[in-house]
Amino acid sequence: MIIELGHFALILAFAVAIAQTVVPLVGAHFRWSGWMAMASPAATIQVLLVGFSFAALTYAFVTSDFSLKLVVLNSHTDKPMLYKVSGVWGNHEGSLLLWVLILALFGAAAAWFGGQLPTTLRARVLGVQASVGVAFYAFILFTSNPFERLAVPPFNGEDLNPLLQDPGLAFHPPFLYLGYVGLSMAFSFAVAALLEGRVDAAWGRWVRPWTLAAWLFLTIGIALGSWWAYYELGWGGFWFWDPVENASFMPWLIAAALLHSAIVVEKREALKAWTILLAILAFGFSLVGTFIVRSGVLTSVHAFANDPERGVYILAILGIFTGGALLLYALRAPAMQAKGVFGVVSRESALVANNLLLAVSCFVVFIGTIWPLVAEVAFDRKLSVGPPFFNAAFTPFVIALAALVPLGSILPWKRGNGALWRKLMPVAVLSLALAGLVWAMQTGDSLGGPLGAALGVWLVVGAGVDLATRTGRGALADRIGRLRRLPGADWGKALAHGGLGITIFGVAGLTAWQQEGIEVLDIGDRMELGRYEVVLEDVSRVQGPNYISTMARMHVFEGGRDIGVLLPEKRVYPVAQMPTTEAGIDSGFTRDVYAVIGDPQQGGGYAVRVYIKPFANWIWGGAIIMALGGIVSLMDRRYRVAGGARRKKAAPVTGVPAE
Amino acid sequence: MRALLTAACLALLATPGLAVLPDEVLDDPALEARARDLSQGLRCLVCRNESIDESNAELARDLRLLVRERLVAGDTDAQVIDYLVDRYGEYVLLNPPATGSTLLLWGAPLALLLLGGGVAVAHVSGQKRAPQAAGLSEEEEARLKAMLDDRSDG
Repeated sequence: MIIELGHFALILAFAVAIAQTVVPLVGAHFRWSGWMAMASPAATIQVLLVGFSFAALTYAFVTSDFSLKLVVLNSHTDKPMLYKVSGVWGNHEGSLLLWVLILALFGAAAAWFGGQLPTTLRARVLGVQASVGVAFYAFILFTSNPFERLAVPPFNGEDLNPLLQDPGLAFHPPFLYLGYVGLSMAFSFAVAALLEGRVDAAWGRWVRPWTLAAWLFLTIGIALGSWWAYYELGWGGFWFWDPVENASFMPWLIAAALLHSAIVVEKREALKAWTILLAILAFGFSLVGTFIVRSGVLTSVHAFANDPERGVYILAILGIFTGGALLLYALRAPAMQAKGVFGVVSRESALVANNLLLAVSCFVVFIGTIWPLVAEVAFDRKLSVGPPFFNAAFTPFVIALAALVPLGSILPWKRGNGALWRKLMPVAVLSLALAGLVWAMQTGDSLGGPLGAALGVWLVVGAGVDLATRTGRGALADRIGRLRRLPGADWGKALAHGGLGITIFGVAGLTAWQQEGIEVLDIGDRMELGRYEVVLEDVSRVQGPNYISTMARMHVFEGGRDIGVLLPEKRVYPVAQMPTTEAGIDSGFTRDVYAVIGDPQQGGGYAVRVYIKPFANWIWGGAIIMALGGIVSLMDRRYRVAGGARRKKAAPVTGVPAE
Repeated sequence: MRALLTAACLALLATPGLAVLPDEVLDDPALEARARDLSQGLRCLVCRNESIDESNAELARDLRLLVRERLVAGDTDAQVIDYLVDRYGEYVLLNPPATGSTLLLWGAPLALLLLGGGVAVAHVSGQKRAPQAAGLSEEEEARLKAMLDDRSDG
């Protein structure tokens, strides 16, 4: 019964979304306030309906209701509760339901917190947001219905893909979707602004928090996925340039560009048309990502739907929304006049360069991802584009961008001067000196390590200098006091830029200085790796809740000192008939010791791999700091103060009669 | 999500193992290092987007052994790659050689960077004249003042 109610609620939400698209948009066009006022309650009703529908599906998973096809395919009674719940979105249909739930949630949030928006703009934003919803409700109901029943329910389910039964991956999709779908807000605001025919500083101020929220969720989602790949896949890789990873990385890059250009719109009323374009592209790339993940065009052995019909449907959604928005853009964007002008050396120019680098680097990822397809269709060449291409083509952009960040963040608006160089000169000298030191100390002749160290220091210390200059002049105590009172946006910016530096250093350090040992070890044997020694003490069979594990016990010594025990595992999930590896990791501030147990060998003993991974945790630590920067920036009270000021001015407008 | 690919790859196998196995490693560290470098740029043909260095598939193992065999036989890196491309096609290379249509893959981002950079430079330097153009002439100032005065009177 609950399942049918959930299904029915979803159909109702579809109907509400259609009404929420048509009525407010028509109302906004003719300035009918009654019609426009319909948008907000509709958004609330919609989120309640989808929320109920999602809860019903979750209930089916939690109670293992095997009359539901989706539960049979993705669950099992022995599965731990966490994975029964995460199983809801560990599949195509359920994850789409989560997608529309988040879409409706963002729409409702805009209705609840958008009280200060001009009436027509708010109606249009909610209308456009609902139109995206309409497309996805139709997609779910007509091609991917999660509420499909089985006539003869089986006794038990087929279990969730064991690789997805992991805490890191349980929360990876919800964060990614919060990011992907969060960008729909930027899209809705952009299209609404094009319909309004006007973009001003206030628009920039409304769009920025939504983009920032979407970006920070994407950051967390991507970091979780990368961290998971690191400890789960058995050799400690953290990024693979896989089409599906790229699918989440492209919107992240564009979102990063967008939240920077929205600052220019907000503070200086320039770059308006470009910002609108970025907002459309950001959501466009989210849809491209959805297409790549779910159509199976690029990854034919992907467990999510590889149903061509679904692919065509998503392609249609992508075409209609991005194409439609771009057409509207072509018609309306020339009317967006810039007010603020700026010099060649100015923060605006630096942000233009930032946007150019981010946009082109996103294009590198995009063209690399789709090139095998293009080559096959257009040139009849069957080729691969893998990590070597991306590393070579993408890294220069990261270096250029990182070099630019402290310069751009300290430069004043409108016109820069020589003061910039005085402030940053010591940082540059420090960075280069450190690079030289690292170069001299390292054993190999890798260029990546010293470069990563230099960029890391440049960004982190640069962010510190940026904060320090904002405290002005005077006694140290005064300046520290002022530092505490700096707006959240300043702190957020420094944290995010510093976090980027830490991640860059982590990536460079891990790539340049990783050590690896592969040996056959008998019980009691030891392997030496640099300053470390690993002793294989024991291998035993362990029974888990829904798997059988071969668990090794390894003792690790650093320079003769006992630093602990690692328990790498090799698991087999009998229901899904799939093995997984669980690395044993001793996490440290400057390095991880990473051990993997392999198969028993014919001559006795086990194949064992041990890695020393320098600065591995810095990669995700930096990402967390970046996300934290986003959160701190979102808490900036100026968003709310400005909102309040706006409300007073906007109030009379609401009363304008329809005629 | 990468996992799903790996999973599919693993599912093809009866006995999944580690990528590079201890018995494959060459005695000469210099040759082994070259073998590892080469393996990272070669695709495991039955997997998706995995190099033979990472893959657990039987075929990847065969290719790893083949690479090492060629290196021990005295081939240069380029000769090993040619040997593999002859047998498996350019699909085996994770970094497509920049020839023919693949030049577009490398050229397109560069072209976009130059184009975008050009537009940006034109935009930034072109708007310099804007403030004078946007400013009011003396006559206009006077008219504006008159209008404003008019207004405040009424």
